[in-house]
Amino acid sequence: MTENILHVEKLTMQFGGVVAVYNLSLDVNKDEIVALIGPNGAGKTTVFNCITGVYEPTSGRVSFMGKDIISTYLRGKMKKQYSGEIKECKILNPTPDEITKLGIARTFQNIRLFKSMTVFENVLIAKHMRAKQNVFTATFRLNLHEEKRAREECLALLEEQGLLHLKDELASNLPYGFQRRLEISRALATEPKLLLLDEPAAGMNPQESQELADFIVHIKNKYKLSVLMIEHHMDLVMKISDRIYVVDFGKLIAHGTPSEVQKNQRVIDAYLGVADDA
Amino acid sequence: MDFINAFLPYILADIEKTTPDAIRIADYLPYILAGISVGGQYALISIGYTMVYGILRLINFAHGDIFMVAGFVMIYLSATLPLHISAVFVILITMLLGFVVERVAYKPLRNAPRMSIMISAIGVSYLLQNCAWYFTSGLAKQYPEIPWISESITIGSATTKIVTILTPVLTIILVAALVFLIKYTKIGMAMRAVSKDFETSRLMGIKINTVISITFLIGSFLAAVASLLYFTNYTTVTPVAGAMPGLKAFVAAVFGGIGSIPGAVVGAFIIGICENLIKGAGWTTFSDAFTFALLIIILVAKPTGLFGEKSTDKV
Amino acid sequence: MKIKENSSLKYISILALIGAMFLIIFILEQLLPPTSMLFMVLKKGAIYSLVAVSLNLLCGFTGLFSLGHAGFMLIGAYTYAIFTIPLEARNAVYQYFDGGIINFTLPVPVALLAAGACAAVFAFLIGLPVLRLKSDYLAIATLGFAEIIRAIFQWDKLGPITNGSNVLRKFPSFSSTIFPFAVAGLCIAIIVLLINSSYGRAFKAIRDDEIAAEAMGINLAKHKQLSFTISSFFAGIGGALLAMFQTTVQAAAFKSSMTYEILLIVVIGGMGSVTGSCISSFLFIAASEWWLRFLDDETYIGSFKVPLLRSGFRKVVFSVVIMIIVLFYQRGIMGTKELSMDAIGRFFRKFKKEEDVA
Repeated sequence: MTENILHVEKLTMQFGGVVAVYNLSLDVNKDEIVALIGPNGAGKTTVFNCITGVYEPTSGRVSFMGKDIISTYLRGKMKKQYSGEIKECKILNPTPDEITKLGIARTFQNIRLFKSMTVFENVLIAKHMRAKQNVFTATFRLNLHEEKRAREECLALLEEQGLLHLKDELASNLPYGFQRRLEISRALATEPKLLLLDEPAAGMNPQESQELADFIVHIKNKYKLSVLMIEHHMDLVMKISDRIYVVDFGKLIAHGTPSEVQKNQRVIDAYLGVADDA
Repeated sequence: MDFINAFLPYILADIEKTTPDAIRIADYLPYILAGISVGGQYALISIGYTMVYGILRLINFAHGDIFMVAGFVMIYLSATLPLHISAVFVILITMLLGFVVERVAYKPLRNAPRMSIMISAIGVSYLLQNCAWYFTSGLAKQYPEIPWISESITIGSATTKIVTILTPVLTIILVAALVFLIKYTKIGMAMRAVSKDFETSRLMGIKINTVISITFLIGSFLAAVASLLYFTNYTTVTPVAGAMPGLKAFVAAVFGGIGSIPGAVVGAFIIGICENLIKGAGWTTFSDAFTFALLIIILVAKPTGLFGEKSTDKV
Repeated sequence: MKIKENSSLKYISILALIGAMFLIIFILEQLLPPTSMLFMVLKKGAIYSLVAVSLNLLCGFTGLFSLGHAGFMLIGAYTYAIFTIPLEARNAVYQYFDGGIINFTLPVPVALLAAGACAAVFAFLIGLPVLRLKSDYLAIATLGFAEIIRAIFQWDKLGPITNGSNVLRKFPSFSSTIFPFAVAGLCIAIIVLLINSSYGRAFKAIRDDEIAAEAMGINLAKHKQLSFTISSFFAGIGGALLAMFQTTVQAAAFKSSMTYEILLIVVIGGMGSVTGSCISSFLFIAASEWWLRFLDDETYIGSFKVPLLRSGFRKVVFSVVIMIIVLFYQRGIMGTKELSMDAIGRFFRKFKKEEDVA
């Protein structure tokens, strides 16, 4: 039960003079749903971008299923600034596609679908990286069974997600809710072990976010996933999260089970109190 | 000019005493002078590129052709009008052309993808070249000799035209005036705002279209001045005469960090001087290629150019 | 099962169409004099189709805005010419360089492949540093490389191979229109297969959203490099065909204006449409070389001289037409759609329905 999936250690991300994330550590265990919450601009998405290789962190280490995937040592000015706090180690700086191949999939805060492609193609893209093929065999159709298998898997996935009837629709023509759902399906198609969801319930009403909560729990159980999500809908977070990390101004201010976090005075000051008033 | 003439031999003699390579410097002097001169002309053109790019994020491929048209307008006007009056008209007509091109070819595409505007710019360039070909029947035309600035002058060991000396001086004066305009006037402030954030400045009540038009007017004005200086040096104008200087001026703008006016000027002088030194070394075939090699090196090493600012994409 | 029948029917009809096209060309060649303008347009149109489709693979399907296409065509054209000039003609061609230093020839098909391969190798090397750059910067960097390539091929130190800035000629060319159609057709077919493969989808994903594509496990550097190299391979073959068509090659002809012309063809046809690029190539060549010719001639109706018509007017009208298309039909003739049997069928059904209503 306590098998560690994702371990982030002392992650720091600095943009010029702005420290977006400072010395943040977090863990996700197997079969857990972990939430990362905090006010707007607290640096939550930056954490995601560092874990998925979009940004190269200023310093810190990320390991996935017990293996280091990202680690950076400090250079130049920053080395002086943080000296003594972080020990130097081997540099690992993978590109986002390598991270995805390892089994971490993500969705985006502002939906990023392939707009000019159909729903089916959007999902099919995910199969590209795992197919045993090269340009030559793919162009001259020498790996038809591979393509056929990918298509069948994607059709099954779309059916399961209730998107099959829309499969030939252009992604940009889908209603908002379906776009969100397609983005999650697309992430699932990469066969991840860890799913990062960036505000999956953004723009949804209570009814819809309720459905989404059930949906997340459902896919977690079905695909044996661990989930790390950023979310602002507190009822959703409190309902399905096993543990919660609270970030403010790039720093971790609290962490624990939903009930623990709800009682934490610092969290209430920084975040929940304001949210309740709003 | 006499002042420089009087002092230069002494300065050169001084260099000769102190450096063993002095003879080589004297050999290369004409090329360095030509480089500074052509660098100044590139600088004037490149400001048009860099300002338009700063505001619209558009490589205005037609800018070099506007410069070419200015050359032809001068030829046709000077056939009937006195030179100083035609020079004034050349500047006015070129500014008008720049304004019209923006209104007709770029303004309708304000909300289109950036690639569409770029292609529209290529289309305008194609159109201007073909029109020039039509009016001149494709023949190279002789540029009128402007008195005083085409007179010869001897500096040290090099004989050159007055325009060679005049260009960098004029360039620096005009650039200083432009920088002043951008820093201290209301319209300059609007320009800076628009180039920082298009949408927000629109919301703040800045008249985007006016700002863009003024940018094109300034760019065309400088291109017209550059054409007066450039063609006095090169004496003939052809329909494709604008393509190469245009490209090089653009390279200069990228080299200096596109969007930055001092960067464009510095880049233009560096490119002008290097290009002429390479010609001086007997590698004329590669003088154009060198410019682009320089461009690629800077793009790969420091994509934002010498003075450009780095920006991080938000995910 | 039904889908399968449909697709095999589709393949048969496509093959039949291609067969019919070649048959028509063959019959036309028997009927019309070989100097007919039609053949000239068909030949050049076929070559430009290939080049435009290869550029479209890059711009339209992968979203990489490259302006170096003329450079790769130049490499292809030169590679082909250098390796196919018959040995006995070399002394005449390389008159300033003692017959050159290459003393063997390759058969035409091999030379065509070599032309593509050479362009692809150059593209691969150029792509390594350049493809990391963002849109506009990529465009000018590739433009710069094309200019550098042109200068290198004109360099007199390389004269024994490239003949310096002199013309290369006397290499084998084609007389029948079938040849460029067959070669270009085959190449375009391969590109279409690529576009419809898993890799084609990956390219389109990169075009739509680079960051999302990366998050789906697509290696940006590798795929961009792949698209750039393949596109240049076919540009190289296109360049070789162009050399055969012109019967002479000179580096000075492959200026950036050639790239612009091809880019305009792609835009007019529609970014991301192969059939669009082909149609617009033929229209572009036909309009600029043939249909608008009359605009260049001074014409009299009775004793009245039609104003404006004189040499060069054709190009002015032509560029105005292009500007109108660029400004008002931004998506081009086809947009991102393809002309297919289904589409034609739909069009006619719609047409018929309207007729019924009327």
